[in-house]
Amino acid sequence: MSTSTADPRQNSAGPPRRPIRLSWSDERLRGIVWQLLVVGVVLAIAWWLWSNTVHNLEVRRIATGFGFLDREAGLPIGEALIPYEPTDTYFRALLVGVLNTLKVAVVGVVLATILGTLVGIARLSHNWLLSKIAGFYVELIRDLPLLLQLLFWYTILQSLPGPRQALNPVDGVFLSNRGLLLPFIEWMPAHNWALLALVAGFIGTLMTARALRARQYADGQPRKIWPAAVTLMAGLPLLVWAALGAPFTPDVPALRGFNFQGGLIMTPEYFALLLGLVTYTAGFIAEIVRAGILAVNQGQWEAAQALGLRRGDILKRIVLPQALRVIVPPMTSQYLNLTKNSSLAVAVGYQDIVSIANTTLNQTGQAIEGIAIIMLVYLTISLSISLFMNWYNARIALVER
Amino acid sequence: MSDVTLDASAANPEAAPRTAPVRSTGAMAWLRANLFSSWLNTALTLALAWLVVRFAIGFVDWAFINAIWSVPMQGTVPQTQICRDLEGAGACWAVIGEKHRFILFGTYPYEEHWRPLLVCGLFIGLYIFSAMRRFWTWVLVPVWAVTLTVIGILMWGGILGLSYVPQERWGGLPITLILSTFGLAFAFPLAILVALGRRSKLPAIKTLCVVYVELVRGVPLISLLFMASVMFPLFLPEGMNIDKLLRAQIAITLFAGAYLAEVVRAGLQTLPRGQYEAADALGLSYWQKTGFIILPQALRLVIPPLVNTFIGFFKDTSLVLIIGIFDLLTAGKTAIVEPAWQGFGIEVYVFVGAIYLVFCFAMSKYSQDLERDLNQHRRR
Repeated sequence: MSTSTADPRQNSAGPPRRPIRLSWSDERLRGIVWQLLVVGVVLAIAWWLWSNTVHNLEVRRIATGFGFLDREAGLPIGEALIPYEPTDTYFRALLVGVLNTLKVAVVGVVLATILGTLVGIARLSHNWLLSKIAGFYVELIRDLPLLLQLLFWYTILQSLPGPRQALNPVDGVFLSNRGLLLPFIEWMPAHNWALLALVAGFIGTLMTARALRARQYADGQPRKIWPAAVTLMAGLPLLVWAALGAPFTPDVPALRGFNFQGGLIMTPEYFALLLGLVTYTAGFIAEIVRAGILAVNQGQWEAAQALGLRRGDILKRIVLPQALRVIVPPMTSQYLNLTKNSSLAVAVGYQDIVSIANTTLNQTGQAIEGIAIIMLVYLTISLSISLFMNWYNARIALVER
Repeated sequence: MSDVTLDASAANPEAAPRTAPVRSTGAMAWLRANLFSSWLNTALTLALAWLVVRFAIGFVDWAFINAIWSVPMQGTVPQTQICRDLEGAGACWAVIGEKHRFILFGTYPYEEHWRPLLVCGLFIGLYIFSAMRRFWTWVLVPVWAVTLTVIGILMWGGILGLSYVPQERWGGLPITLILSTFGLAFAFPLAILVALGRRSKLPAIKTLCVVYVELVRGVPLISLLFMASVMFPLFLPEGMNIDKLLRAQIAITLFAGAYLAEVVRAGLQTLPRGQYEAADALGLSYWQKTGFIILPQALRLVIPPLVNTFIGFFKDTSLVLIIGIFDLLTAGKTAIVEPAWQGFGIEVYVFVGAIYLVFCFAMSKYSQDLERDLNQHRRR
């Protein structure tokens, strides 16, 4: 730990500091001048735009500020995750929009990951036909604009027959121009508690897995995780549900008059948006997964086989951990893209945050505030996804010596 | 004693003759290896083949056999009832026959359509010229400048005996090509500057570049387009007005700049440090080092991802539909607003999609070929 033996060239402090000379050939002086110049230009432009804006707002008698958020919105919203009436405030309307955005983004990310992984693996399949079909899908989907695909799906869903002639592939499932209807159960508080128990069970399983792994490292004996997982993630929610009286009333959609009653409805707008986003993003995820698997050296497979590992274990313990390192960073940007692309909802009439903020700014004339809200929401979501994926990436990254 | 095992039939002449070994070459062997290697694979192949054949027959029926290619006219109103009677069993290509000029060129004066057509030809020529590696020199700069000027003259007119066409009447494919080409032409130099700025040692410049890139990449393009359409007018002094297309063009350029900057930065990072140090050792100034040593190598490294980003932007220009600019997709969507043609959206979207597909597929094939060529020295 003595510093005297260290190579002086390794010293990161750089050359010794000397006073700045007032000459253009002094690098540091040039740096300072350049920075002052650039910052000055940027500030001047910003000030110019700002003063114009203030002047224009005065001329047009637009009051700035977020006071309008407390006013009555009076804008109808087709689907909302929280109770909403047109008499509610703009703030609540925007909140509904944010939740709608999250609803499509979260479901979209999960489904796109599953579909994309399947297609990516299918493209590597030894079955020639399967890999060609997967390749055709990827090439076609990636070469068409997403907006065109969304409009295409929406047109198809709208041209479906009406509720009376609805397609009825399985009992209780209806597909018509009013959307997709699925049977569901009548939701009771007991179900909420059961859901909470599932989450708790999941966390418990993760903790058990950690403890078991620690014990395996201590004595080398592999231990089974599945009994604990089943007990915690299936048994516990069932127990909670049964303890609260085991309520179960099926809610099957049925035709009453000109429309359907009951069941779980997926509106054509949501369905078209979700379908478009999932199939589009899956095309990109498939390529990432394929590249990730191909990036793992063939020798890794052979070495693992030589050690006598089974195929499943090779995939789980050798190949996937290495492939994930290549997969996760580009996957993060695909998740971000999907979330940002969900803003195209406005083209198919799904009321996400962009659509509602746009209506708000048209109704109130608060253009700056409206766009600021849109940007703030997306920046927050993007940042959260980035932070989570960076944390995950750091966890699985190669620890180099 | 000997490692050679004797052939059983040679050792024992009584034994039955063995069958010939399974062929490992030829068409049958290929089928066996790639389609029917196991029971599971055979089942999968048959199921997929059945699906593909069914889908192909359905598509051919819809697109060709049951399709209607033209409809009778009554005065100026097309009689689309025969198309509606098909109830989706066949495509109504009559809508394309009737509306293709509108979809391709928008509301540009009908007798002047040769001008946007020539413009599209010039754009395509420009792309092909720029894609040829032997022209990757400074000659590209004057070629681009001249071509873009000619395109401007052709579109606006007003001189050389061409009648003046205001920008509000432009539409269709030329708008898509203008937005993407001009967007990239301006975004690319911006991206290089920002990428250099982000790698700079000067803290103020670095911060500015990081803020710009992260801010733009964090929000969707739509929010920037909304900003261009509703907020830009507030930014400018009274009386000064920029038309809508130019505002959208600025938004797309700023957006593309941030994404391209990240691609360029990746190239700058991949370049070995020795190149920077060698340039410093030669006593080159910062701009000499960057222009002669760093950029030519760094950009070459990232050409394939650059082309992929270009494809992305070509597709993303379709988002201007949302702020009502008349690009190819908007023209397609507007073409079916007319009552007679309502409900034929699928045909129009297939047509518009095919145009996008041709451009994007050409670029993506080019990018793949280029990647193979450029990486030749790395392959063994």
